[in-house]
Amino acid sequence: MSLFHNRLKDIHNQLVNKQLKVSELVNESYDRIQQVDSKVKAFLTLDEENARTSAAKLDELLEHSSERGLLYGLPAGIKDNIVTEGLRTTCASQFLSNFDPIYDATVMKKLKAAQSITIGKINMDEFAMGGSNENSSFHPTHNPWNTEYVPGGSSGGSAAAVAADEVYFALGSDTGGSIRQPAAYCGVVGLKPTYGLVSRFGLVAFASSLDQIGPITKNVEDNAYVLQTIAGYDVMDSTSANVDIPDYLSALTGDVKGLKIGVPKEYLGEGIDPNVKNSILEALKVLEGLGAEWEEVSLPHTEYAVATYYLLASSEASSNLARFDGVRYGVRTENPDNLLDVYLKSRSEGFGQEVKRRIMLGTYSLSSGYYDAYYLKAQKVRTLIKQDFDKVFEKYDVVIGPTAPTTAFKMGSQINDPLTMYLNDICTIPVSLAGIPAISVPCGFVEGLPVGMQIIGKAFDESAVLRVAHAYEQSTEFHQKRPQV
Amino acid sequence: MSISIKDVEHVAKLARLDLNEKEKNQFTKQLNAILQYAEKLNELDTDNIQPTTHVLELTNVMREDETRESLPLKKVFLNAPEEEDGQIRVPAVLE
Repeated sequence: MSLFHNRLKDIHNQLVNKQLKVSELVNESYDRIQQVDSKVKAFLTLDEENARTSAAKLDELLEHSSERGLLYGLPAGIKDNIVTEGLRTTCASQFLSNFDPIYDATVMKKLKAAQSITIGKINMDEFAMGGSNENSSFHPTHNPWNTEYVPGGSSGGSAAAVAADEVYFALGSDTGGSIRQPAAYCGVVGLKPTYGLVSRFGLVAFASSLDQIGPITKNVEDNAYVLQTIAGYDVMDSTSANVDIPDYLSALTGDVKGLKIGVPKEYLGEGIDPNVKNSILEALKVLEGLGAEWEEVSLPHTEYAVATYYLLASSEASSNLARFDGVRYGVRTENPDNLLDVYLKSRSEGFGQEVKRRIMLGTYSLSSGYYDAYYLKAQKVRTLIKQDFDKVFEKYDVVIGPTAPTTAFKMGSQINDPLTMYLNDICTIPVSLAGIPAISVPCGFVEGLPVGMQIIGKAFDESAVLRVAHAYEQSTEFHQKRPQV
Repeated sequence: MSISIKDVEHVAKLARLDLNEKEKNQFTKQLNAILQYAEKLNELDTDNIQPTTHVLELTNVMREDETRESLPLKKVFLNAPEEEDGQIRVPAVLE
């Protein structure tokens, strides 16, 4: 059994009681990577030397000091759009294939302060654009449950690495479902916090009004530990929310008696695989058995969310990715004729098809004559989508549905059809547009592939989301199943 | 509204992308499909709806106008494709 199947709390105790060494945890990570990553392909860059040095230091520290960070000695995988000082950060793009950041993202500072150990940087869809990891410009990641299937995306590498026991936990980022959907496809726990809860400083921007960093773990309790570590106000992010951070661990009471759950009929209707729907209905029965009550509700603007999202996210992306011009960093084209040539060729050579497609869509939506029809219209519909949730939350504590309409799909099956690919995010996108928190927890299997249940909460009510997820998890065994890689 | 290959060429120019013929054709087709899908939003009357630019109720975020430490130049140049005399070098802007 992998050491990584133990709960964080147990590992922590073993370290403190000297039954376990940090260096053993780090060995476990690299041994496992050696063993399975040729099949899973979750990693882009390993930081082995530094990780081993840090582990030795922590082991040494354990001899003299009783101070322990919340994530003491735990091997972490970091999505490759989170900048790490001195450690290559590519966003899985050729454009940044030579980029070594000169500072740490705020979340990295927080992980270091909590004494976790960075094992390496993890694969993703290029610039977080995609839902399958097939848009990585280096290589696709494979789903550990069946390597012919995608792990989801864009944080597919993060979810796959956790599922395959290559790291203890991982950080991902979520713009329209990029933590939750891969967590569902890979049978792990993934949380997208409320917009503004976790600092975006050092997260390479895709769509700034939507992007959030969040934890991917094997169970809900561990997820709460990582969230506790990374949440909080940051002066370096002007959209960071200055709110008090509650004790998320104390929210995990197991008590959901009298909890009111809204189940949107739109999330269980057309386009949702009947087997996925059944898993969700079974999960609701479990919660009912624990004393919660659920009722069908409506989020009437759900069908407009995907179109709204692709216009807004692409518009923001086209603006954010303007910084990749080949002048200050990144790969500059060879032998340019003039400055304009530097821009045109560096960008065209450096970006993959999906990134170009979204830059094109975004630039078009923002261009003169079309702004009102597309961008502004989408911003107004975003208001309607947010109001749908506001209304439901007047009466219900959480909203529950599937994380994705199907289980993972076969590699290569959707890559040439962007619109079909975009519709995989139908259940996660509305949540992102509303800026509210949601978690995906394992709730079943269909033909050997995991199903994820999405639990959505009010803004900054991560505690409720975690409490419900934890109570459900404690009554089921899906989260203990492990893939044979 | 449908977009032509000419529109795609115009947008590519605005976005500073140098597309080949294959990409131009492909994007014309795909962008039309995506925008056609986006037409769906016109089913909704949004005349009296305020746009949401941001979900948090933040207004201007200010800080004291004090000097803070910035990144050391030496480090900043570590990733520069071409550097000369403490500046980043690019090809001539004007011929």
